[in-house]
Amino acid sequence: MRLPITAWASITHRASGVFIFVGMAVLIWALDASLRSPESFYSLQQCLSAPLAKIVIWAVLAGLIYHTVAGVRHLIMDIGIGESLEGGVLGARLVFALSAVLMVLAGVWIW
Amino acid sequence: MVTAVTSFGRSGVSDWLVQRVSGVILLAYFLFIGYVVLTGVDYLSWKALFAQTWVRIFSLMALLSLAAHAWIGLWSVLTDYLTERLMGKTGTVLRITLQLLIDITIFVYVVWGVQILWGY
Repeated sequence: MRLPITAWASITHRASGVFIFVGMAVLIWALDASLRSPESFYSLQQCLSAPLAKIVIWAVLAGLIYHTVAGVRHLIMDIGIGESLEGGVLGARLVFALSAVLMVLAGVWIW
Repeated sequence: MVTAVTSFGRSGVSDWLVQRVSGVILLAYFLFIGYVVLTGVDYLSWKALFAQTWVRIFSLMALLSLAAHAWIGLWSVLTDYLTERLMGKTGTVLRITLQLLIDITIFVYVVWGVQILWGY
């Protein structure tokens, strides 16, 4: 699909929102295990060191990172900054660039 | 045409505002949790953190913000794509069914979270 970058930024914001709503189950489950008992904290640590678990956690964090950065862009535009066409395109580019960097950093932290 | 009976605040302006306030609260909470986790935690320090009243209040605030934010956000997505205009009667049935499942999930998240915060 050929769409302007602003449309991609918007669709990705929606898709990441739907995704992290589901992913929230994983995060709440992890919070549950981390606070239930010393044993469950330890087994959570073991579980999260598995390659598949790392991918799942990274995916949820990546969704959270994009959704957060794109959300902050909304707040900035709400106070009247970057509402022009050029501003919108620049904002969308910045959102993609900044979240890509943060996603890589999250990956470095996880692995 | 989609009516507003399933929206969070029954008003677009209210939903707009709640979406922003809850977003800011969630941003603050994720930055807080991110900072704590990045500085390194073991079971005892993690447990001690969540034993503090202000952390529990902040966590519940984030959880309730999540509930409102997800309701408003997913309602917006559902009412844009699963509509009578796009799919006829099926759209309405599918949308209301999914809305119900989403709301049940939100309810489970909230109660589960409360149990984690005050139950252990």
